[in-house]
Amino acid sequence: MGIDLNTYFRKQTDVAPLVVFRMFFGVMMFLSVLRFWANGWIEKLYLEPEFHFTYYGFEWVRVPGAYTYLIFLLCALSALGIALGYRYKWSVLLFFLSFTYIELMDKTTYLNHYYFISLLSFLLFFLPAAARFSLDAQRQGKLYLKVPAWNIDAVKLMLGIVYFYAGLAKINSDWLFRAMPLKIWLPSKFDLPLIGDSLLQQEWFNFAMSWAGMIYDLAIPFLLLYKRTRLFAFALVVFFHVFTRVLFPIGMFPYIMIVSALIFFDAGVHHRIMEIVKRIGTALGRKRPTPPLQVIPEYRLPILQEKLIKPLLMVFFVIQLLLPFRYLLYPGELFWTEEGFRFSWRVMLMDKVGYTTFTIVDGKTGKSFEVDNTDFLTSFQEKQMSFQPDFILEYAHYLGDHFKAQGHQNVEVYARSYVALNGRKSTPFVEEDRDLYKEKESFKHKDWIIPFKDEIKGL
Amino acid sequence: MNFIKGITIITVFMALVGCSSSSDGDGGTQPADNFDRQAMLEHWADNIIIPAFEDLQLELTALSAAKDDFVAEPGEATLFALREQWLEAYKTWQYVEMFNIGQAETMFYAFQMNIYPVTVADIESNIATGTYDLRSVNNNDAVGFPAMDYLLHGLGADDAEILARYTTAEGAEGTRKYLSDVTDEMLALTGEVLEDWRSNYRDTFVANLNNNATGSVNKLTNDFIFYYEKGLRANKFGIPAGNFSATPFPEKVEAYYSTEVSKTLALNALNAVQDFFNGKSYGTSGTGSSFTAYLDYLRELQGGDDLSAAINQQLNTAREQIQTLDDNFSRQIETDNTMMTKAYDELQKAVVLLKVDMVQKLNITIDYVDADGD
Repeated sequence: MGIDLNTYFRKQTDVAPLVVFRMFFGVMMFLSVLRFWANGWIEKLYLEPEFHFTYYGFEWVRVPGAYTYLIFLLCALSALGIALGYRYKWSVLLFFLSFTYIELMDKTTYLNHYYFISLLSFLLFFLPAAARFSLDAQRQGKLYLKVPAWNIDAVKLMLGIVYFYAGLAKINSDWLFRAMPLKIWLPSKFDLPLIGDSLLQQEWFNFAMSWAGMIYDLAIPFLLLYKRTRLFAFALVVFFHVFTRVLFPIGMFPYIMIVSALIFFDAGVHHRIMEIVKRIGTALGRKRPTPPLQVIPEYRLPILQEKLIKPLLMVFFVIQLLLPFRYLLYPGELFWTEEGFRFSWRVMLMDKVGYTTFTIVDGKTGKSFEVDNTDFLTSFQEKQMSFQPDFILEYAHYLGDHFKAQGHQNVEVYARSYVALNGRKSTPFVEEDRDLYKEKESFKHKDWIIPFKDEIKGL
Repeated sequence: MNFIKGITIITVFMALVGCSSSSDGDGGTQPADNFDRQAMLEHWADNIIIPAFEDLQLELTALSAAKDDFVAEPGEATLFALREQWLEAYKTWQYVEMFNIGQAETMFYAFQMNIYPVTVADIESNIATGTYDLRSVNNNDAVGFPAMDYLLHGLGADDAEILARYTTAEGAEGTRKYLSDVTDEMLALTGEVLEDWRSNYRDTFVANLNNNATGSVNKLTNDFIFYYEKGLRANKFGIPAGNFSATPFPEKVEAYYSTEVSKTLALNALNAVQDFFNGKSYGTSGTGSSFTAYLDYLRELQGGDDLSAAINQQLNTAREQIQTLDDNFSRQIETDNTMMTKAYDELQKAVVLLKVDMVQKLNITIDYVDADGD
């Protein structure tokens, strides 16, 4: 086994899939940031709200006012740097830091695919993805033909984990035996041409989509790995992501996944892509004759770097494999409490709607008043806050501090909350007589959440 | 070669899905279990919204005429007739306030019709100066039904004092003019909204079958819920009863100066909400497609509790609670505010059913920030 692992780590392979992946990733990220900016979301999501929901342990990450634009600019430029392979290590490091900082500013906007981008850019920092087909190669006057195969496999593993864990999460009774939440979502897409007012309204179709989705997620990493099914698998990837893009507002994510899946193909495909890109480059007039580059057959990491990076990435992947299962450490239904829900590839799994109002009470006199949430939160924040316990707690503290600073005495904060999950009737969500201003955020179970009344079986 | 194979596979796959969808449509008829949203929008527009606006316009025309009579000959008889017509129009208003869509939304119609409490100083200074732009945002709290409430009931301690303001007192002419302008402005605004519905917006509204934030179903559902939560629950009950403040504000009830009609108006508003929910045509006994029918359709598909029944039941409970209140909410708050907050609590329970349960079943986006989802 030890010998096998050593031979595996020594195995070299064509660098083309990795450098093409790098280019596409950079381009996609650049476009994503531009799109985000052009949609006015920097203002709407970060600058306009007066209060932001933070991640536990990252409360120090703040929205730096007008400098927020600078962070986005940095993010866009570093994405461009990744695409061009210009000072690659710096570009990818800056991209990872700026992108992750943006995500940490407000957890209202948390999306699994943003988390995926952060992880991927972290991983890319350690991979020689600019060894060829990059401005760095031009600058340094040399290119590498091969890199250690594990560098490419690491990206495949990351992609595989995302799909496979998303599939595992779908093995639950709501998804498979109630066709929830698709039974809520699909019929509401009645305005879709051809299938909107017919197929999507059919119960059997909602079930078929649920089961197909689960099988797709579980199987696709293996179908992509296996040469004989690869092309079919890629066709499935394209179809699946385009279809979900049509159905749901998921932005750039489907395209990112489609181009990412190209990494599973043999190098021949990537050489053709590189050829096309080069031809476009010449057509655009970049005819500057470049001195011929020195061709180095194999890229090898400096010994010290290799000694550090390999264990580091192994730990990284062990964490990736274990983190989604941390929910097992908490009592109660995961979908209800959401303790251990994020960072676990639980994508499109539930439809949850809540309504939560807060009462500020003077503990001595008993005088009280209700808070108008729209005074403090945007409608998007209010919506997200209303069914997520950590949001409710953080907001309760914010309200407590706010009214204390206004001169209110003996401030106590109580929440009245109702939540509906996957089409079930709404039920009370938090204990109404619990002063949330006294409760502290932690990784421990929040015992003021009223337990889920139903049962959802499965992983 | 590989590429050709790939394209073939994709084509076959697409064709499979395409076929299974078109085979559903081959019969030429819609599947029986599809809900006809277009019919719902048509019913809303043609049988509820436009008729309600038409009725309001009739009432306001009559109000304007009664005002003309009063201004021409200010006396007890004309004043009483004017007050009576004001109340009739105000009751009808309760049936249109929730339709903050189209021209009404564009010109902030409701803000110019029913913002209360009024700011007496603004009204008095408008009367004194005689120069004002009634459509200005700054005058939102000096126009509409609440301003008329003050002008007809609040200008003096008794009817004689009030009449004096229109006849013998200094500036009587200005007072008559302001009353006249405010009344006519309400009629003009309503005419603009109604005219737009008739000539233009009705067809746009009915044709917009999108399910995104700008789709008609989505927008009007948001308006409906927002009105119930804010216009009905908070403005008529919660705010005066002190739910949002350390102390109650009995002077913030609707129609504060006329003193005896706040309950009547609130009950009208609740009826309007429930009628719309159930698809009851305005002014006739007919019913058509609305939230009840939509929820019942989805229940066939999704199963679960009878939500439309639960909402109706909760609205009925709230109505019973409101009926126990004093005709004058202001007096109710001063004598026994707990009764008022009880009514608020019952109304609040329906907010949960509308804003959580109904919104989930209809899968309607409540926020307009169209950020990406997962």
